Amino acid sequence: MQIYLPIAEVSVNALLLLGLGGLVGVLSGMFGVGGGFLMTPLLFFIGIPPAVAVATEANQIVASSFSGVLAHLRRKTVDLKMGTVLLLGGLVGSALGVEIFRILRQMGQVELLVSLCYVIFLGVVGGLMFVESLGAIRRAGAATTAPRTPRRHHSWVHHLPLKMRFRQSQLYISAIPPFVIGLLVGILAAIMGVGGGFIMVPAMIYILGMPTKVVVGTSLFQIIFVTGFTTLMHATQNQTVDAVLALLLLIGGVVGAQIGARIGVRMKAEQLRILLALMVLGVCGKLLFDLVVTPSELFTIGEGGH
Amino acid sequence: MRALLLVLALAAPLRAEEVIGALSTNEVAITAGFNGTEIWIFGAVGRDAPVPEEAGPAHVVITVSGPPERVTVRRKERTFGIWVNRDSVEVDQAPSFYAVATTGDLTDVVSETERLRHKIGFDRAVRVVGAPETVEDPRAFGEALVRIRQANGLYSERSGAVDLRDETLFTTRIRLPANLVEGTYQARMFLVRDRAVVSVTEAEIDVAKAGLERLIYTTAHERPLLYGILSIAVALFAGWAASEVFRLLRR
Repeated sequence: MQIYLPIAEVSVNALLLLGLGGLVGVLSGMFGVGGGFLMTPLLFFIGIPPAVAVATEANQIVASSFSGVLAHLRRKTVDLKMGTVLLLGGLVGSALGVEIFRILRQMGQVELLVSLCYVIFLGVVGGLMFVESLGAIRRAGAATTAPRTPRRHHSWVHHLPLKMRFRQSQLYISAIPPFVIGLLVGILAAIMGVGGGFIMVPAMIYILGMPTKVVVGTSLFQIIFVTGFTTLMHATQNQTVDAVLALLLLIGGVVGAQIGARIGVRMKAEQLRILLALMVLGVCGKLLFDLVVTPSELFTIGEGGH
Repeated sequence: MRALLLVLALAAPLRAEEVIGALSTNEVAITAGFNGTEIWIFGAVGRDAPVPEEAGPAHVVITVSGPPERVTVRRKERTFGIWVNRDSVEVDQAPSFYAVATTGDLTDVVSETERLRHKIGFDRAVRVVGAPETVEDPRAFGEALVRIRQANGLYSERSGAVDLRDETLFTTRIRLPANLVEGTYQARMFLVRDRAVVSVTEAEIDVAKAGLERLIYTTAHERPLLYGILSIAVALFAGWAASEVFRLLRR
């Protein structure tokens, strides 16, 4: 069943899009990640122009993270104050990111930038996750209680000015690190078409020292606003948000996420993480391969003149 | 007035043969289910007088071209191990769609000067002028554009695809792919003898998005802020609806 996407201006199979949305939804439900970092490259692979893929994926993440945050709000596991500081940074970052994206699009380098960002981030995150979960499995095999390093250690983060009290996170720290984290994630959201949870969650745990139970809800809270703002910026600056594409991905994604959540419960956390790590490294490898191997067509057609 | 009559009288014998053509449709609507379409082009050659004995065989050349665009063609080069877009050349005029169908081989049927005059053929329709001097081999960029668009089904050249009967009735089919650009497409039908164009006629095809596709596209481009807000609203609604539905299901 072919469907013509009005903004992407390509005709694709609607069932394929629903399937992709579902597949990534299952994975995001299983692993508790947004899935943007998998969906955007998959959209490149099926021939959606990168500019449209990135902008539309941001729109889809608004839906999935909103559905997620509602559950967390009911459980009161969202630190709204921390979320707001992250958000302020995120909005600034997103505006910067969309501007960078627009300039590079004119220069014809946007595909390269997006691919490079993906290769670097997927490579680093996937690699770290793989090593960490392999270690966890080995420890479990040895059946020893591995000494855990105390999470809340005093570091440079605690010597910065502008201290604020974040009651829900039980923290009294400077507002600067969360603002900067939000800013960096905002830039990534705009350039890569991801929510940025896969970067933000580790940063919140390891750099800010937030308790794990509020991390996911707070990051989702921030992601809704940043991806919403990114969608708006891409829609007004680049006109690259495809409503039909977003809707198809969204339907598949929502259903998939619920199925995935049920599968996830039956699997061991370390096994899940090692699977996710392998998948992330797989996508990273494919993108890297495309950058390095001699392309069959050296020329590309870009729109418009200068 | 007398001079005009004289010109007409002189011109009349030259126009002894005239091509008359029509299309199966003058409008193509791109709707949600659009997956390309085929148009049927047909026509006849009208004659006032019998064809002179010494005249060569008649040929028909049909071209369909989409709205011309300015495009930038970029060439990748290996830099630090990865392939990066480096040189770029602007192509001033390139039709977004270009199909040529002929009764025989294009370069045999029409002379070089006539191809230049009427812009028939890829090399005549796609014009690269004023490539920067720093760029090596600028012609390769124009050729690449043609090659890529041929692969996408946007450009095609089919010799022998026009069926001409008794030098009078002709017909062909032109495939319009799914990745069409909106605008006015021009179909031209040439009657050719002895490698020279004897007569030409034109027809237009209007390609436009329709229905929901039209609405979405115009909203996105003319009211981007509203479009952005609506996109977010739909996403928020879908997120909320999903959360509610699955909460009810879990009970």
